[in-house]
Amino acid sequence: MIHTRGLTRSFRAKGETVEAVRGLDLDIEAGSVVAFLGPNGAGKTTSLRMLTTLLPPTSGSAVVAGYDVLTDPSGVRHRIGYLGQGNSAGSNFRVSDELITQGRAYGLSRAGSRARAESLLAALELEGLAKRTVGTLSGGQRRRLDIALALVHEPELLFLDEPTTGLDPHSRATVWEHVLRLREELGTTIVFTTHYLEEADLWARRVMVVDHGRVIADDSPEKLKAGLAGDRIILGTADRADAGRAVELARALPTVHEVTADGTEVRVRTPHGDTQLPVLLRNLEAAGVRTLTARLTRPTLDDVFLGLTGRTLRESAGATTATATHDGA
Amino acid sequence: MKVLNDTRTAFARELGPELRRPAGLLFTMLLPFLLLALFAPLLSGMSPVGGNTGTGSSWQWFAPGVLVLLALSATAGAGASLLNEMSSGAFERMLVTPLNRAAMLVGRALKEVVILLAQAVLILVLLLPTSFRFRPLGALAGLGLLTVFGIGIGALSFTLALHSRKQQTLFYGVQQMIFFPLLLLSGVLLPITQASAPTWLHVLSRINPAAYVVEAERALFDGRFAETSVLYGGLAATAVAVLGVVAGIRGMRNASV
Ligand SMILES: Nc1ncnc2c1ncn2[C@@H]1O[C@H](COP(=O)(O)OP(=O)(O)O)[C@@H](O)[C@H]1O
Ligand SMILES: [Mg+2]
Repeated sequence: MIHTRGLTRSFRAKGETVEAVRGLDLDIEAGSVVAFLGPNGAGKTTSLRMLTTLLPPTSGSAVVAGYDVLTDPSGVRHRIGYLGQGNSAGSNFRVSDELITQGRAYGLSRAGSRARAESLLAALELEGLAKRTVGTLSGGQRRRLDIALALVHEPELLFLDEPTTGLDPHSRATVWEHVLRLREELGTTIVFTTHYLEEADLWARRVMVVDHGRVIADDSPEKLKAGLAGDRIILGTADRADAGRAVELARALPTVHEVTADGTEVRVRTPHGDTQLPVLLRNLEAAGVRTLTARLTRPTLDDVFLGLTGRTLRESAGATTATATHDGA
Repeated sequence: MKVLNDTRTAFARELGPELRRPAGLLFTMLLPFLLLALFAPLLSGMSPVGGNTGTGSSWQWFAPGVLVLLALSATAGAGASLLNEMSSGAFERMLVTPLNRAAMLVGRALKEVVILLAQAVLILVLLLPTSFRFRPLGALAGLGLLTVFGIGIGALSFTLALHSRKQQTLFYGVQQMIFFPLLLLSGVLLPITQASAPTWLHVLSRINPAAYVVEAERALFDGRFAETSVLYGGLAATAVAVLGVVAGIRGMRNASV
């Protein structure tokens, strides 16, 4: 569905060259759900804008839905849906009018566009707002309208740039529910960007972690977490001596990444915490180590990002959020 | 066929908000209104103005110019709406659809012209109680010329907006820098003749297409179809329209891959 080779884009701003995307090689199969996960400024939007014919790459090639973005952008446009990072619907327009315009733009008949607008408004819980002016909608309603606009023509490939940023939990759930229903019914391929870890974890079958314009990891969320971070076993022991012996016993386990002790607390990092924990507890008991508490925590994608870059995603995101503006260039 | 359909789609989208808020068309008419109310009465007290004043009163001379001024002031700001949509994301959304790029430009420009014509008719209605003499054929031809000129100025304004996306102040700066000289050098307020103006100013007005359109409008509204000023005005308006539409379509095409 998407094949890119060496896709690169740099910008010149104030005499400096920013390499927003550096040599993206993608192969995304039809029907997959792929997340681009990375902090602000990582190059997610720039990647999507190249794949959706909005921005010519500096170098490299991209074939999207069977068409080359540079030589046949119109072929690409007929087949994809795009939800941008900004507001897709114009503030002065009426909700239903924007949906009908969108349908007409994709070649639907007037009646067809109107029917489609109605069913989308219902599906995204926007009924009753058809006659409202876009500017009077709440943030959540507006974002759901943007999603509806991207879905009007039931595209086979859907790009979503931070689809749920700024939405309340209920609106987020509604958005994903609808997007996934579409996928179930039509087999839509979905590529989305996010800096919400939970969102990538929950909905994507494949996560590409991006940082500074490069994909630094690419796998299913489960494998990323198991491979790069692993589970964490946290033991509370009775005293420091017990902690010391617990550390030794933990190190003797077949697959552990790291064991650390902090006072009476012992932390063990291992890819298979669920099977290792019972073994460790039996060994501790046999050795007479007094274990008071035992916890197993599963890793998050933030741990993955930390493992890869030495920074947490939350930190990197927080540092640049204030300057995240939408640029129409 | 697709181009026509797409033009209709783009046009219908832009017209929607105007139809729901028809009073909005008064906003860009402030300058023409002020001129008609506070400036035109001064002229009637003066001796006939200008070299070629035609047959009628000072209203006959002044009103067609005001329509050209209207065309300038109403459509020159057209790009501002596009600029807003470029920074919000609505324009980007349209660019990802298969909508024809030329249609996106022409549809928008046509909407500007429909508003302009409605405004022009409103001004003509306001002129009914004055000594302005109405010649239906001449008025029709005059509005036709105004349409062509309006499309051109509107399209140029969109072009400017498309080139200002990285720096929005550029749009407003250039727009003001062009608008006022075009207006002052068009002879709308006072005639700019070889006798009345310094040579340099006269020369400048001779390279201003709006000046030719003003003269042509005066002749047309007066029913004098056979004058060379009509020919020159028609050519000037057409040139502006062709330039604007061609540059605008190029700008639209370059806005995406
Ligand atoms: N039009 C542009 N002009 C100059 N720099 C840009 C432009 N668009 C993006 N950038 C820069 O490219 C980098 C990647 O931006 P972006 O793709 O928007 O990141 P993300 O979507 O991951 O937050 C950033 O450093 C950003 O400042
Ligand atoms: Mg982004």
